[in-house]
Amino acid sequence: MTNKLFFAGAGGQGVLLMGQMTAYAAMAEDKPVTFLPSYGPEMRGGTSNCTVVVSDDKPVSCPLIYEADAVVVMNVPSLLKFESLVKPGGKLFINSSLIEQKTSRTDVEAIYVPTIELAEQLGNTRAANVVMFGAFMRSMGIMSMDTCEHVLEKVFSGRKEKYLELNKKAFHIYNN
Amino acid sequence: MAEKVLMKGNEAFAEAVIRGGCRFYFGYPITPQSEIPEFMARELRKRGGAFLQAESELGAINMTYGCAAAGGNVFISSSSPGISLMQEGMSFLCSAEVPCTILNVSRCGPGVGGIQPGQADYYQMTRGGGNGDYRIPTFAPANIQEAVDILYEAPMLADEIRNPVAVLADGMLGQMMEPVELPEQKKQYSADEVAEYKPWALTGYNAKPDKQRVVVKSLRLQPEALEEHVEKLFEKYHRLEKELVRYETIDLDGADIVFVAFGTMSRLCKEAMEILSEQGIKAGLIRPISIWPFPLEAFDKIDFGTTKVVISTELSMGQMIDDVRLGVCGRLPVKLIHRTGGMIPTSLEVVEKAKTILEESK
Amino acid sequence: MTPVFTYTKGMTEVSTSYCPGCTHGIANRIIMETLEEMGKLGDAIGVGSIGCSVTAHQFMNVDMLESAHGRAPAVATGIRRAQPDKLIYTYQGDGDLASIGTAEIVHAAHRGEKICVFFINNAIYGMTGGQMAPTTLIGQRTTTSPEGRTIEQAGKPIRISEMLSTIDGAVYIERVALDSPAHVRAAKKAVRKAFAVQEQRLGFALVEFLSTCPSNWGLSPSDSIKWLRDNMIPYYPLGVFKEPEGLTYDK
Repeated sequence: MTNKLFFAGAGGQGVLLMGQMTAYAAMAEDKPVTFLPSYGPEMRGGTSNCTVVVSDDKPVSCPLIYEADAVVVMNVPSLLKFESLVKPGGKLFINSSLIEQKTSRTDVEAIYVPTIELAEQLGNTRAANVVMFGAFMRSMGIMSMDTCEHVLEKVFSGRKEKYLELNKKAFHIYNN
Repeated sequence: MAEKVLMKGNEAFAEAVIRGGCRFYFGYPITPQSEIPEFMARELRKRGGAFLQAESELGAINMTYGCAAAGGNVFISSSSPGISLMQEGMSFLCSAEVPCTILNVSRCGPGVGGIQPGQADYYQMTRGGGNGDYRIPTFAPANIQEAVDILYEAPMLADEIRNPVAVLADGMLGQMMEPVELPEQKKQYSADEVAEYKPWALTGYNAKPDKQRVVVKSLRLQPEALEEHVEKLFEKYHRLEKELVRYETIDLDGADIVFVAFGTMSRLCKEAMEILSEQGIKAGLIRPISIWPFPLEAFDKIDFGTTKVVISTELSMGQMIDDVRLGVCGRLPVKLIHRTGGMIPTSLEVVEKAKTILEESK
Repeated sequence: MTPVFTYTKGMTEVSTSYCPGCTHGIANRIIMETLEEMGKLGDAIGVGSIGCSVTAHQFMNVDMLESAHGRAPAVATGIRRAQPDKLIYTYQGDGDLASIGTAEIVHAAHRGEKICVFFINNAIYGMTGGQMAPTTLIGQRTTTSPEGRTIEQAGKPIRISEMLSTIDGAVYIERVALDSPAHVRAAKKAVRKAFAVQEQRLGFALVEFLSTCPSNWGLSPSDSIKWLRDNMIPYYPLGVFKEPEGLTYDK
């Protein structure tokens, strides 16, 4: 069983971090995983995306994907460009705080997450990406929520430790 | 067993080569491998070595020549156009039998080309762009762990064979992250130990037990002397052709199609093989890990009773295919599936093209 | 009986390949004599270059490396990293240093590499048969400036010592000439100072030697000396361009 996951948004929306946290969580559960970021001029302020492939057992053969089990889009251009990547029956996670429209896909499960509003409830909109990460992980169920919490502890350590509690709450806040 | 860490390819490569014994790095920024000079700038000084950002790749390879000739274990990395600039130096290093470890995190050409992954440096790495008769053993890993394992062994292998050893990765391998196990730190040789460990190195003759001076050179104006020297180099290269061959074969028995692919393309082929198998087509794979020496012997393992066609799959207009033809040696048709310019086919695209080729070959 | 002339241990006991009357031999010798007098032959590493100096490793009796065309300062930079306690020098001609090797020489100076550069300026390419160099004088005939060098076509000759003197990392720069016994003695003193700068880790040091090329100038050795004096010295003035304040060394 292989899960092909794709994250897209604007630079600065924490898209690569979401992908990396997914990869850390997979590694923590000893699952073979690859994390592949887009790179190049688009890094500089433009769109940003990454592909994560998690396998249950054998090594990941191909880090590139032609279809995804799940796609996360954080802004409108990403929705328009990448909604077609979701395979029929797959999941599409939409940041409804910034994306007012609905997906044109009718053959996928769309999950609308008001990341900024939820983060606002916690008093810091910068946790919006972790809100999405939580919604994504809860729905996908590939790695346990406990594992993901350990990853958060790793990511928000040292100088960033003061943001750990906030992000733990953000991780659990979306509970639909 | 060492702990697994999730590392970006470029940083894992750099860490592996330090653990393999390298103490010196000379480089120049170029995408998609600039994380390597950045990593070396952070790490080498505190780990007993030295980092220097050169004025150009020409400067970098010649600093490498000097440092390695003076006994330093040197690592040097760049990407395609930068590697082009280093070719003159590589020819000198080979002739003077000065070891070093070279990494090409390749992109696309020709010219400045683009920065997305490519494999069109196959000729450059296996044939050498520098002048004269020389060879550089070159390995093409397909995942980060394999790259780490190869780069870890490379510095001591280079010392042992007194020749540069190269690794060809690509932008995708450099930029992606995978869990890796990092091996233990190997011994690093200090300036004082070099005279004994590398008697051929420039240390000033006072440091040598026999007080004999050393000359590191590639000039031989007498044809007789140059011929003798090159023949001697090739005795070594012929030995390495046998000793350094590395490859992987998968599902060759009973295969309808055999893919030949290295690095990133081999991973696409593995997924394409699964899809083809679901459609009732048996595909096998020959994956060269050493691209010089090229694993010609692997082609003798093809099931000639069942296989209809051998397909070289490449991120170039077809360069490795020359070696694939040598391996197949007329026994089967050899075809090409390729994309170039930084375009990477999907595994589905490889499947569709392979099916068409198979139909045409029946 | 007191010998009036002996070999220096710094030179191998072979005939050099330099043409009769060429002053390369003098430059080789004063560098190697200096190292011998300093007792540093066994701790020195020399870097040759491409040009007539390509065979320098056959004559300079120390650990030597022969580098690619123009790259000697980069090679010396690398050697310095692996062998930080040795005396490291390059020996380069004007085609090598002032033409193909400008990037390497400028950046070695700019980094303040603790190396000595001995730069032979004879206003022509010697080894390849008398082509125009960046240092060739205006009006000077060479095989690639058969009517004489013109400003329109090739610009004015480049003055390396002056140019490098503008770089902070270069702390000792002197131009000397090999046209008379007095000038040769002054040149040897400059070599000694350059090595002193390196021993004291003060920065980059370069000595430019105005030198002759009778074969390619088409002149006799004695006329070559006169040509150097009459034509080169007026354009390439001799002297110390830069020297660390209070530089001391054993004479």
